[in-house]
Amino acid sequence: MITVNAMGDQCPIPVVKTKNAIKEMKKSDVVEVLVDNEIAVQNLTKMANQKGYEVTSEKKAEGAFRVEMKVEIADVAEETVAEPVVCIPDARKNTVVVISSNVMGGGDDKLGGNLLKAFIFAVTQQDELPSTMLFYNGGAKMTVNDSPALEDLKSLEAQGVEILTCGTCLNFYGLTDELAVGGVTNMYEIVERMNNASLIVKP
Amino acid sequence: MNNTENKIFCKGGGCTAKLGAGVLERVLSRLPRGEKDENLLIGFDSSDDAAAYQVSDDLAIVQTLDFFPPMIEDPYLFGQIAATNALSDIYAMGGEVKTALNIVCFPETMDLNILGEIMRGGSEKVIEAGGTLAGGHSIADSDIKYGLSVMGTVHPDKILANDSGKAGDVLIFTKKLGTGLICTGNRVGEVSKEQLAGAIISMTTLNKRAAEIAKDFRVHACTDVTGFGFLGHLLEMTGPEVSAKIDTSKIKVLDGAIYCAEEFLLTAGGQRNRNHVGDKVEFVDVPFAMEEVLFDPQTAGGLLFAVDPEDADLMLSRLKQAGLPASKVGELVKKQEKDIIVY
Repeated sequence: MITVNAMGDQCPIPVVKTKNAIKEMKKSDVVEVLVDNEIAVQNLTKMANQKGYEVTSEKKAEGAFRVEMKVEIADVAEETVAEPVVCIPDARKNTVVVISSNVMGGGDDKLGGNLLKAFIFAVTQQDELPSTMLFYNGGAKMTVNDSPALEDLKSLEAQGVEILTCGTCLNFYGLTDELAVGGVTNMYEIVERMNNASLIVKP
Repeated sequence: MNNTENKIFCKGGGCTAKLGAGVLERVLSRLPRGEKDENLLIGFDSSDDAAAYQVSDDLAIVQTLDFFPPMIEDPYLFGQIAATNALSDIYAMGGEVKTALNIVCFPETMDLNILGEIMRGGSEKVIEAGGTLAGGHSIADSDIKYGLSVMGTVHPDKILANDSGKAGDVLIFTKKLGTGLICTGNRVGEVSKEQLAGAIISMTTLNKRAAEIAKDFRVHACTDVTGFGFLGHLLEMTGPEVSAKIDTSKIKVLDGAIYCAEEFLLTAGGQRNRNHVGDKVEFVDVPFAMEEVLFDPQTAGGLLFAVDPEDADLMLSRLKQAGLPASKVGELVKKQEKDIIVY
């Protein structure tokens, strides 16, 4: 049996200590965790239930509880295999599309306008949609009334794509009241979204 | 960040430090009440955010206080967050901030510059709220705690209670959830700088703009989501006539919070919230991590509005235009078996 002493520790420390102890285990064993409050017992029990460990708990004295979980080696092996999978939802493909102009590419602006409209339409047709689309500078003209891509952007927003336009840019072009899809954003958020993106797509 | 970073130590601060609602109710229900004052429009018998007292036909004062231990290590940001949180109760009642008093617990032996930084952060937020910092009270204590007592005003007819929503109302929430999970994950080194920054942006955003926008629409009820978590505060909006239905696909969550929940970096406060409201909630196919996000104690959380369905779309687009991560998270419905249904 492995004993984890978490007396005097506040949540989430008892859970963190227990997880670390389980990570070190080489074979199936019983893990007992000693804690001094019932809330910690409940949080440990939740973890055991989610991980599929058989779990029991008892109150040994006032301010002294013992949680026992049977950790099967199969579970541990499965856990090490499953760990990357658990990480995936968070590191999940977080694609951010950045539209920084109202035209796509350099050359003829009429052609560039048509290309950008076609680009945004093509985004709507992808199997995996981006999580966020950022619009700044000339790009801000794409999210306002009269934008040639308004319908497509509204459809993307309805499917959960976050549409964010730079507020300074809208203001600069006098378009603040014309915004027709999505929300307004600022430079902090633009930097944050780009930093956290797993992939940035820029036409 | 500045050179006073890492000097204030947190043991689970912010609203995760709140006493559980269950424990509190047992104490409050036994208190002697005295004679009822007709002018006290809202007191703690409705488990509301603050007290509202009518002083004339067209004026009521709103009174509230909030303070807690640090949940992050930068004292200046902690001051901003504590003040944002304390000021929020005034906005949840539909009021305007007028005066604030500092509440300070600080160890005598600690560097006073840290206290200066905390109070600088707090006073900046009071000024941003349009109020005046008018004084305060300080106590020597073993641990740091900081907050504000705030007084605001509101027209008596415009007070937003939390339990006056109607079946059919759309529920709009103005911030992302997960500040408790992120701060807890941060303490054990499981949260990236960017993820912590996201939570800090959220915790230092005043609910002022959201409350101002709400004044232009038919808002029937409002509460701010803080220590009792999203579901705990939503429960205050339900009653004998109405239940609430929540669509989890519409809930916005801070980056990193789901990961913390999946790693069981759970607060004691979150579990207390689950113990208090868990049996009043029906979860239909909701992943464990999302359940935890919904029970997570929020520090300086957003406003939750019950809005006339005809006004909801326009109000939402106004909130979004103001740069707030608002969304329609559900609706109030006729009384169901459970007070809250989450799907």
